[in-house]
Amino acid sequence: MTTVDDRPSAEIGNRRLRKEDQRLITGRTKWTDNITLPGMVHLAMVRSPFAHARITSIDTSAAKEAANVIAVYTAADFPDGMGACANAWPITPEQVTPDHLPMVGERVACAGEIVAVVVARTAAQARDAAELVDVDYDVLPAVLDGLEAMKDEVLAHPDKGTNKSAFWKLDSAEAGTGGNVEEAIAAAREDGIVIKREYRQQRLIPAFMEPRSTVVDPTGEQVTMWTATQIPHILRFLIAATTGMPESKIRVIAPDVGGGFGGKLQTTPEEFITLAVARRLGKPAKYTETRSESLVSAHHGRDQYQKLTLSATKDGTVTGLKVELVANLGAYVAIVGGGVPVLGAWMFNAIYKFPAYQFNCQTVLTNTAWVDAYRGAGRPEATFGIERIMDELAAEVGVDPLAIREKNWIKHEEFPFTSVAGMTYDSGNYEAATARAKELFGYDELRAEQAARRESGDPVQLGIGVSTFTEMCGLAPSRVLGSLSYGAGGWESASIRMLPTGKVEVITGTSPHGQGHETAWSQIVADRLGVPFEDVEVLHGDTQVAYKGLDTYGSRSLVVGGEAVVRAADKVIEKAKAFAAHLLEANADDLEFSGGRFGVKGTDQGIGITDIALATFASHNYPEGLEPGIDADATFDPDDFSFPHGTHLCAMEVDTETGQTRMRKYVCVDDIGNVINPLIVEGQVHGGLVQGIAQALWEEAVYDENGTLVTGSFVDYTLPTAADTISFVTENTTSPSTTNTLGTKGVGEAGTIASTPAVVNSIVDALRPLGIHDIVMPCTPERVWKAIQSAGSHDGETTTEAQPHFDEAAPNNADPGSTGEGNAQ
Amino acid sequence: MTRITVTVDGDRYTDDIEPRMLLVQYLRESLGKVGTVIGCDTSNCGACTVHLDGRSVKSCNVLAVQADGRDVTTIEGLAQDGELHPMQRAFHENHALQCGFCTPGMIMQGIDILIDHPEPTEEQIRHGLEGNLCRCTGYHNIVKAVAAAAKAPNAAALSSSAAGA
Repeated sequence: MTTVDDRPSAEIGNRRLRKEDQRLITGRTKWTDNITLPGMVHLAMVRSPFAHARITSIDTSAAKEAANVIAVYTAADFPDGMGACANAWPITPEQVTPDHLPMVGERVACAGEIVAVVVARTAAQARDAAELVDVDYDVLPAVLDGLEAMKDEVLAHPDKGTNKSAFWKLDSAEAGTGGNVEEAIAAAREDGIVIKREYRQQRLIPAFMEPRSTVVDPTGEQVTMWTATQIPHILRFLIAATTGMPESKIRVIAPDVGGGFGGKLQTTPEEFITLAVARRLGKPAKYTETRSESLVSAHHGRDQYQKLTLSATKDGTVTGLKVELVANLGAYVAIVGGGVPVLGAWMFNAIYKFPAYQFNCQTVLTNTAWVDAYRGAGRPEATFGIERIMDELAAEVGVDPLAIREKNWIKHEEFPFTSVAGMTYDSGNYEAATARAKELFGYDELRAEQAARRESGDPVQLGIGVSTFTEMCGLAPSRVLGSLSYGAGGWESASIRMLPTGKVEVITGTSPHGQGHETAWSQIVADRLGVPFEDVEVLHGDTQVAYKGLDTYGSRSLVVGGEAVVRAADKVIEKAKAFAAHLLEANADDLEFSGGRFGVKGTDQGIGITDIALATFASHNYPEGLEPGIDADATFDPDDFSFPHGTHLCAMEVDTETGQTRMRKYVCVDDIGNVINPLIVEGQVHGGLVQGIAQALWEEAVYDENGTLVTGSFVDYTLPTAADTISFVTENTTSPSTTNTLGTKGVGEAGTIASTPAVVNSIVDALRPLGIHDIVMPCTPERVWKAIQSAGSHDGETTTEAQPHFDEAAPNNADPGSTGEGNAQ
Repeated sequence: MTRITVTVDGDRYTDDIEPRMLLVQYLRESLGKVGTVIGCDTSNCGACTVHLDGRSVKSCNVLAVQADGRDVTTIEGLAQDGELHPMQRAFHENHALQCGFCTPGMIMQGIDILIDHPEPTEEQIRHGLEGNLCRCTGYHNIVKAVAAAAKAPNAAALSSSAAGA
């Protein structure tokens, strides 16, 4: 019998080129919008141009008369509804959660909300006819801004009586995980440092490159939905739960999906409407959004006001941190919209040993697009706040930003470490990552250059930005999620099918959309089962094939889903062992499995696992009492999160005459535990970095005073291009995770979480001698220039305009000259 | 309706089309060339980039009637006899794609850059790619891939088959 001996000694750790690429680089792709079915009709949505309005009438007669229009529907045509966009994570039992229906008939709560759908033979005809639908609106006052919403003067949903959706608090004294933060702040006021800062996390748009698209075929026994989603399994469940369709009659397929970044983890009105229309007409139906529709109606991200109070001793040892957030959820509480800012509760304390901590989060409803997860989801917001204010502490104490971090961070020998927020950090080595990052960066040399430029009064100043981040990733322990009233578990599923020809099918419940799971999962299985990388096929994203899963978000796929694959493989080996013993006429205890082969200890006898697969297919000879077959399923539910970390350093040149910034160098050393495929990891980090840098420098979703999105196309919503960005230096240190056997941690969000504060810190660092301690994101040349101008005109003192805080009445800005109570000392 | 005759990826097509039809719609909806994709509606993203008589165009910015009598190469026509184009291979070998949605446009534009700059600097590559958006890669590996393709042994064959037509 033969065994497999032509494989490398280990696949894990190899820079394997991706299996996924072949189709994608030759245009043989299966994007949802590529799908065409016999008799398929096309949908166009009629959307509200107003942020808040009562619908007084809808006249669809002209549209219905248009060429090749098959139907025009309003909400009134579906008296039993079309399902609902559910909120799966009510953060408190009292949370105010307006009903979120796919199509509204009486009142629109944000611009872009759907009021009618036109069905025609072609997409162009549907869009033409949508222009003919005549909707009369009675415009209502709209509330757009989070702080305005807090006043409850204009209500996003008048019937709710308030804009406040929920208040969530974590207090270390109450939880027993630390001291009393008010006492810590009071003590520091007497004899220490208190720094208060307000930061704005502007609203962003995920802006995945593939616009969302849905095709529904109602002609089979199961209704099939292809859709550009990160969450086929959750979508299937929620379709069943909200429409009453039996779950067994629904098949959801996520074919090739062109990016998500959280933006495709929603169940969308468009999906429910396409489903309803296809079922009503009994014909396949397709809806593909335009980019402009995507920007206005796919969910947005971030949008927080942060108020931070940090207390420390005079030497810069932190003693307390109090966080007060106002999170703008938009018009509805999206699927995990309320929970996203709450994820910050465990992250604001970051890598630092705060003895006392308090996190307060107020979520509010406004008449804007709903807000939900965008790459990092809660953790970038928190990391920005803490990494910005740690720089302020360093400036106050008068030491290097890295020195203040080192003074306060968790030492390598202190892991595992239970944080003041009650999380147990599995592993880490901040010293090693920082040392390597400094070396790669040329930290001391750049500091020397900075000093020289300051000395010579160079109009182009150099700033060095630091971010030593950590994140929690791998959503994750089901019991923890249950304790937070999250609507689902955090487990993941995998199956392995050992085919008789020696090939292996791996079915994963995760749902990749660019990450490279097919390659990485193949590497894991090739190592575990001792089969060639090429012989492993990874199947996903179709609820008929992968019937069980919780999909892809929150850097969970590898740490949860990858571990499920490992466990399924181990079960295959365990099952195969009994067959091997039988076929080799040996005692199972005398067998050892290595390199894809069961060998009898001390002999040259053995049998390959793929030969066992063939033998069980024939099943002519197998042990009594066993079922034929060695296929196996596994479900993995982790005991805890994993905590990657890293040190990011950014060198930025700031032209003090024009406000122009130019990134000179960016170095990051991330510790994400063991790495399955370094090539894929580097790609994830590069892409993450640019999304985080883009928040710092360019991107912002802006509404005008009427609630019209003015950044409603790629002309105005400024995604960075190749010409705006630089090449990066990325490396890894390795502290294997202790919460999964692969020792891996998540990497998908690391770059985005870490880079935003590194960039803003670099700009502020360049300008700090001018008295500037903040510039609101995105730090456009105009904002930088204005900050410099007003700083200069006040003899080193900065003004509200220079550091345009979000509310002139906010306490910190009442005295714009005060950069924190510590400064007064 | 207007009659046009267009050569696409080496095959000749004759169709009666609406004058307002965009080239990208014609490729996708009439010819089934769905390898070329639509990422925006304002000509910003470049996902629909193809070659028209050997030079890159955004096919959302060209009317199908403008392609009458001309030669179009899409991502689907680049590989010859099962052999990847050097730019395709460079994208694979340098991990220059993740979700792959921008990739057809990026590859077509990458080839075009090398027509003007056979030995491009990083800056020339970055400026040459300015009209193509990617949300996954941060551009780092795309820039590397275009540079690597320029150094490929058969870099002379880099312009698409249509260039010589």
